[in-house]
Amino acid sequence: MSDVSLTVNGKRVSGSAEDRTLLVHFLREHLGLTGTHVGCDTSQCGACVVHVDGRAVKSCTMLAVQASGSTIVTIEGLADGAELHPVQAAFKEHHGLQCGFCTPGMIMTATDMIARHPEGLDEATVRAELEGNICRCTGYHNIVKAILAASETMAKGAKGKAKQAA
Amino acid sequence: MGIEGVGARVARKEDKRFITGGGRYVDDMVVPGMKHAVFVRSPHAHAQIKKIDVQKAQGMPGVVGVLTGKELKADGIGNLICGWMIHSKDGTPMKMGAWSPLAVDKVRYVGDAVVIVVADTKGQARDAAEAVEITYKELKAVVEATKALEKGAPQVHAEAENNLIFDWELGDGKATDAAIKSAAHVTRMKIVNNRLVPNAMEPRAALGHYDKAEDHYTCWTTSQNPHVARLVMSAFYNVAPENKLRVIAPDVGGGFGSKIYIYPEEIVCLWASKKTGVPVKWVADRTESFLADAHGRDHVSTVEMAFDKDNRITALKVDTIANLGAYMSLFSSCVPTYLYATLLSGQYNIPAIHANVRTVYTNTAPVDAYRGAGRPEATYVLERMMETAARELGVSPAELRRRNFITSFPHQTPVIMAYDAGDYNASLDAAMKAADYAGFTKRKMDAAKQGKLRGIGMSCYIEACGLAPSSAVGSLGAGVGLWESAEVRVNAVGTIEVLTGSHSHGQGHETTFAQLVTQRFGVPIDSVSIVHGDTDKVQMGMGTYGSRSGAVGMSAIVKALDKVEAKAKKIAAHLLEADEGDIVIENGEVKVAGTDKSLPWFQVALASYTAHNLPAGMEPGLKETAFYDPSNFTFPAGCYICEVEIDPETGLTEIIQFVAADDFGNIINPMIVEGQVHGGIAQGVGQALLEGAHYDPSGQLLTASYMDYTMPRAGDLPSFKVSTSNTPCPGNPLGVKGCGEAGAIGSPPAVINAITDALGVVDIPMPASPATVWATIRATKH
Repeated sequence: MSDVSLTVNGKRVSGSAEDRTLLVHFLREHLGLTGTHVGCDTSQCGACVVHVDGRAVKSCTMLAVQASGSTIVTIEGLADGAELHPVQAAFKEHHGLQCGFCTPGMIMTATDMIARHPEGLDEATVRAELEGNICRCTGYHNIVKAILAASETMAKGAKGKAKQAA
Repeated sequence: MGIEGVGARVARKEDKRFITGGGRYVDDMVVPGMKHAVFVRSPHAHAQIKKIDVQKAQGMPGVVGVLTGKELKADGIGNLICGWMIHSKDGTPMKMGAWSPLAVDKVRYVGDAVVIVVADTKGQARDAAEAVEITYKELKAVVEATKALEKGAPQVHAEAENNLIFDWELGDGKATDAAIKSAAHVTRMKIVNNRLVPNAMEPRAALGHYDKAEDHYTCWTTSQNPHVARLVMSAFYNVAPENKLRVIAPDVGGGFGSKIYIYPEEIVCLWASKKTGVPVKWVADRTESFLADAHGRDHVSTVEMAFDKDNRITALKVDTIANLGAYMSLFSSCVPTYLYATLLSGQYNIPAIHANVRTVYTNTAPVDAYRGAGRPEATYVLERMMETAARELGVSPAELRRRNFITSFPHQTPVIMAYDAGDYNASLDAAMKAADYAGFTKRKMDAAKQGKLRGIGMSCYIEACGLAPSSAVGSLGAGVGLWESAEVRVNAVGTIEVLTGSHSHGQGHETTFAQLVTQRFGVPIDSVSIVHGDTDKVQMGMGTYGSRSGAVGMSAIVKALDKVEAKAKKIAAHLLEADEGDIVIENGEVKVAGTDKSLPWFQVALASYTAHNLPAGMEPGLKETAFYDPSNFTFPAGCYICEVEIDPETGLTEIIQFVAADDFGNIINPMIVEGQVHGGIAQGVGQALLEGAHYDPSGQLLTASYMDYTMPRAGDLPSFKVSTSNTPCPGNPLGVKGCGEAGAIGSPPAVINAITDALGVVDIPMPASPATVWATIRATKH
């Protein structure tokens, strides 16, 4: 057994887990954050993507003890209170989800993708960058549309903020 | 149409929980005292079980139970069943071998469940499962259906000689043979439809909870049809009587057919909960899903299509061998028969059709319905034949199809179906226009200059969904009816709950169904809730599959709404002292037409519950129930066009464009319908280019993870060009058809027709992976 201390969605949490416990299981079973899903066990599907210290990580590729000391954001911590994150809002507006199972991982991946491309995104880049996330329902059509739309919204938002600051 | 009514692109009500991490799937459920189960599965495709030693496993840390098939049988738990009886052409019933939820004497495929281990944690259960010692005597295995029929092949079940389950036929064999004999031209092909694994992203799961004090069971399960699960578990598997068994299918992460069936795991978890005295949860890992979810397709067909001198089809003859795997899954027998051969007329006038279907046991996972279920196989046969025939006859594929289209309705085919409405030229025209079909020759020449091979292919599909009148399917062997139920409950404050027997696992029912209510009463969509997936809440239902939730599920809601509306009008007429016929309900108000007299909707609802002033003799309350039994199948149809570009150096196929022109009749929410088409196309393109379940000759599944089985990813697909035309279905009150499976049905032949066009070959096996395309190019050159 090992002690695990994390900051998850802004809250300090600690617990003790078997050494073999994966981060995804720690989040789901110890912290009750069941929005992060397990879809494949081989780090192929991306349903378990969370942000670890600001980067998208498949939480099934990491032991909980390895993550100790990190700052984690899961799908439950993405919205600002009642206000949806622009990526969440875009997935809803553009019907970027059907059964919802891959959705948390898709949204966390997309958020990271948009942050890494402040210059903006095009369809080919979005499709290439979604390599690590599998969706069986949507054919990706509306997921791609939602990510492109969110990217634009967020760029406008960032410009707006920059203007305000100036 | 209002902004939230019928025809509007209403954003989904259910999305909020899914995009914020608030979805509730079976694996998210926690019950006090809950323990975790792991199944010990057969590592052999075919073997006798000589001995099972669980002693060591029982002593492992955290273990609360290690249970075998012998104990299960001793407690009277029944074998799994196939619920659709098919008779061979000689009149004998299908030969169904026994399928015990835990294997007792023999295992028949890799993944066959043998022992359940229950422990405090999943890790402990896994450790203990490793310690279960099973002694097997290996037997020779057979994995290919054609080989299973050969003399001397390993015998999977004693009940089915030569592994033949049934040898069935449909249509007029004599007329078909005569037409082929006198034909001006006959096209002949052997057509293989590859085996697929459905791969819903949420793995299957079950949580069984036996409450000793109440002598009552609860089962949370990843099901597309919880009521059917309860019925079957109760009536056939002796788990518990229906009144002692509650089945809940909460949020379910995709189904595509694979979650229709009642599998061994949910039965065993319920039984094990009683046996161990603790709630038992099992969640499949992905490899378990590959091994033990029902697979799809796996047909081998020999086909002849005859034409007269004017290129009109005179006959179609199909001889199909269908692999059903090691056991007959719940609806496995109807897929290669009544969901397949009945669609072999496609969109065409074909005077004579004969289909012969042999179904076969092999040492592979059971095969059952997967998105489209029989209809993709039929469409693949027909549309590959049409393409090949057009090339042989030297006519354009579009013209050959047009020449043979059915243009007047109703149309009775020679294979049972009576098509009610359609306009096949309209969808073909729309698809050709959207694809700029006329400009293809130039695009092909331009690509050739770059050293690339371009091809274009089309597919004109028809499907039958809904499914059909219960009496009709009953006469064809179905063990269940195919109606749907609905209950509309208007609360005293005017909000409305709709209880439906349909189940939503991605289809957006919570929105689409609510739009019907909003349209009817003018109440805001947020005041309407759709309740589904729980046998304690919804009286009875048949569930969601076969693209039936629109045509059948919504029709039941319409019937219940009719009754509620009629009663509400009676109450309003009484309160407003007006004639019942003058009452109209719109925008949340109940009015007397042509006057300023009106009541808010909620006041009518409230009046029905206070019951202080109701018409004489009227019962209080405003709640109505309806069962709807369809009068016919409904027949969505359309045309898909795929354009590909192949790099001859690598064999890589890029889809340049994919066009879908569908006729789904009237549409309630176009956004959701388009989403269904997108997803279906992705699965169809996956079948054609990427996906295939492969067993080695010893019966080991070589494609049992996402590292081996190629799922379509975003980079494999383009954005799709979709459109719809509309010939309303005359058979149901909404005029709707079905849209859930069309994409998966129509797209594989369009892709393969495009690839064979690009390569100048007659055929290429699915999946046409880069390696297969590359090898085909090399083979053609020599």
